[in-house]
Amino acid sequence: MEMRILGRLTAADALPLYSWVAIGGAVVTILGFLAIIGTITWLGKWRYVWTEWLTSLDHKRIGILYVMLALVMLLRGFVDAIMMRAQQAFALNSGGYLPPEHFDQIFSSHGTIMVFFMAMPFLTGLINIIVPQQIGARDVAFPFMNSVSLWLTAAGAGLVLISLVVGRFSTAGWTGYPPYSGAGYNPGVGVDYWIWAIQVSGIGSTLSGINFIVTILKRRAPGMKLMRMPLFCWTTLASSILMVFAFPALTVTTALLALDRIFDMHFFTNTDGGNLMNYINLFWIWGHPEVYILILPAFGIYSGVVSTFAAKRLFGYKSLVYATMAIALLSFTVWLHHFFTMGASAGVNAFFGVATMVIAVPTGVKVFDWLMTLFRGRITFHPSMLWTLGFIVTFTIGGMTGVLLALPPADYLMHNSTFLVAHFHNMLIPGALFGYLAGYMYWFPKAFGFTLDERWGKRAFWCWISGFYLAFMPLYMLGFMGMARRMERYDVAAWQPPLVIAALGAAVILAGIACLVIQLIASIRTRERRRDLTGDPWDGRTLEWLTASPPAPYNFAVLPQVRDIDALHEMKRRGAVYERPERYEDILLPRNTGAGVLIGGFAFVFGFSAVWHIWWAAAAALLALLAAAAARSFCDRTEFRLSASEIQQIEERRLRQLAGEEAL
Amino acid sequence: MSIAGKDTAVLPEADVYEQRALGFWLYLMSDAIIFALLFATYLVMVGNTAGGPGGGDLFSLSHTFGETLLLLTSSLTFGLASVALDSGNRRQLLGWLAVTFALGLGFVAMELREFHGLIALGAGPERSGFLSAFFTLVGTHGLHVSAGLVFILVMMAQVAVKGLSRPVASRLERLGLFWHFLDIVWIGIFSAVYLPGILQ
Repeated sequence: MEMRILGRLTAADALPLYSWVAIGGAVVTILGFLAIIGTITWLGKWRYVWTEWLTSLDHKRIGILYVMLALVMLLRGFVDAIMMRAQQAFALNSGGYLPPEHFDQIFSSHGTIMVFFMAMPFLTGLINIIVPQQIGARDVAFPFMNSVSLWLTAAGAGLVLISLVVGRFSTAGWTGYPPYSGAGYNPGVGVDYWIWAIQVSGIGSTLSGINFIVTILKRRAPGMKLMRMPLFCWTTLASSILMVFAFPALTVTTALLALDRIFDMHFFTNTDGGNLMNYINLFWIWGHPEVYILILPAFGIYSGVVSTFAAKRLFGYKSLVYATMAIALLSFTVWLHHFFTMGASAGVNAFFGVATMVIAVPTGVKVFDWLMTLFRGRITFHPSMLWTLGFIVTFTIGGMTGVLLALPPADYLMHNSTFLVAHFHNMLIPGALFGYLAGYMYWFPKAFGFTLDERWGKRAFWCWISGFYLAFMPLYMLGFMGMARRMERYDVAAWQPPLVIAALGAAVILAGIACLVIQLIASIRTRERRRDLTGDPWDGRTLEWLTASPPAPYNFAVLPQVRDIDALHEMKRRGAVYERPERYEDILLPRNTGAGVLIGGFAFVFGFSAVWHIWWAAAAALLALLAAAAARSFCDRTEFRLSASEIQQIEERRLRQLAGEEAL
Repeated sequence: MSIAGKDTAVLPEADVYEQRALGFWLYLMSDAIIFALLFATYLVMVGNTAGGPGGGDLFSLSHTFGETLLLLTSSLTFGLASVALDSGNRRQLLGWLAVTFALGLGFVAMELREFHGLIALGAGPERSGFLSAFFTLVGTHGLHVSAGLVFILVMMAQVAVKGLSRPVASRLERLGLFWHFLDIVWIGIFSAVYLPGILQ
């Protein structure tokens, strides 16, 4: 075998010369990267970016970086989506504008990006910013590991992005089913990019899950019993438990596929004793809990939004908690419904079909709890409330089509059709993304100290929701008309009109995204008159609204005493809020470190080298990563002491601000 | 916001060690899922020999017995290291860690010899689904033991350089959890892989 210093990396294979559209994508990716680098350099802000953000272990800053990553990847994933809709709108009896090989990359990267690099960082970011504040903590349990998780996720996202410039991405769909994803049918680097991107980021997610569980179990403020935690903390706990126990399944699945591809093993091959069905089993043992990892935090956000903007205590708090934990448990019992047609016996299919329908029950409980909270509330139609209302209606429709698909005989007819595509978008767009956007608009002032423009927020909502219905209701119809998913071209004339409507829907969603961008820019420009000086712009009920906006590095100068589910609301009623404590004490906070960035960087080099079989570089990167981790473990004095006098200065300034506010 | 006093580094508060222990337990549970799935995969594929050799043809009881003896004894010596840690005896601690390291290294060496022998026989991981699953399950355990060996070296260095400070002691406790965990996994491998193979 010929040894090559750059593995299988050659200029001819690496450059995206196979399609003009791909070259355009590569150019946009490079220009975007250069624009970010150039802007920071032009502003002379590298030192600020490095010391205050990239190396920060403050959970709020790490959370903001996660959300920024998610928003960038949302744009990239959406470009994939609108390209697919455009292709299918044109591709009746013709090749459209995308060659098949390129179209296949686009649907693969769309799913991969939206699940792993949009939704996961978005929810992890919101959790990071908010959960410690909601439980009255000063940081997460493991601030350094938090930074490592962030940079591993960023490294994975970087691998997906660079696949557009150097080489190609997978054509095997976001699920990467063998044998098509095996070396025999897919010898290039595409599937390897997919494998290493999710392998690297998946480890980050497992670590995040561990971090959040320990934070919630061990770092609650005095009096914050488990059954007094805001719902978002509960759903975070459930979601984190799922991350810790489900992500190992993804790690195993992709690792075994990598062994098949690299070392010619036979886990999932057609020959020599491979069993490709085992892949599908293992993948969905992770994949179904993953759906709830994405959705449960959004449920928590909706619960907070509903209660704040209806100015009422959450209805059925306990039932919401039990429903959350029931969903978390049941999510491990339904994975087989993703492959009813694989040929399991009728009894097995029936069991998983029934289990799937059972999971709709706790979800239904939640919907009624939210409705009852709204009932006779004084509702404020803040954009976050609109996302919530849109979610309740749309998600319920998606739930009904889900119960339909849970019937194995019906699934035999509709599996792998656009009906399925419509169904899971109908769950995940309202069930996850709308929730994250509601959280983004709800908590933005907490993170940055000024509110977002509500008019543009409402416009974004109306574009998104009408665009959603336009884009996906036709896909339900097309599923019934027999259209399979992932078609690059077709010859059934009757499919074209609904596909054109779906493309129009994507265009309306594009308008929604434009509204989001305008909202952000307009709000930053007018930030001086949108300042949130109280830290509590919505008359909030939970502890994150007790801190300043943005919060001091320690969140709480004195840990709050919690007496109720709506802890802050109860304090306000008692008149015991914003009191000047008798004295301040020193607080220990994590010191910044660049080790997280370094570890993420090594992971990126490792992934890239593994994709291209540059084994010496992969080994070197792995060794460097281990060395960095070992060196970091020698560092015991990881915190710094913020003195009581400094805290007093910060707090006095805030109390004066609050007093001034009241005088107005 | 720049904060004065950011340069004076201090140890975290004492309750952090309990949190680290809980976090490590969670990591172990997550790792246990990885092994559980590899065990399940092995058991599904144990018959998929594709006309190649099966466990009965390849496994040697005496070799596996030797590996088991090394690894179980290393768990005992790690226990003795923990006792030395509790009594604050640094030299004894380093000694027992060194013995544990040597036994673990012996285990990895024996495993590599077994793997080498199988590959030389033409029974490498690319031969059949069964052998892919075997090499992956046992190899993953071996990789964990190797990582544990590195971990032991790092901790010996920390004990030597830093002494038995609270952070070092807490790391040693977690290393102990990891090491004993690998023992339990090995007992699973012995019972689910080698024993049924040999008794075939």
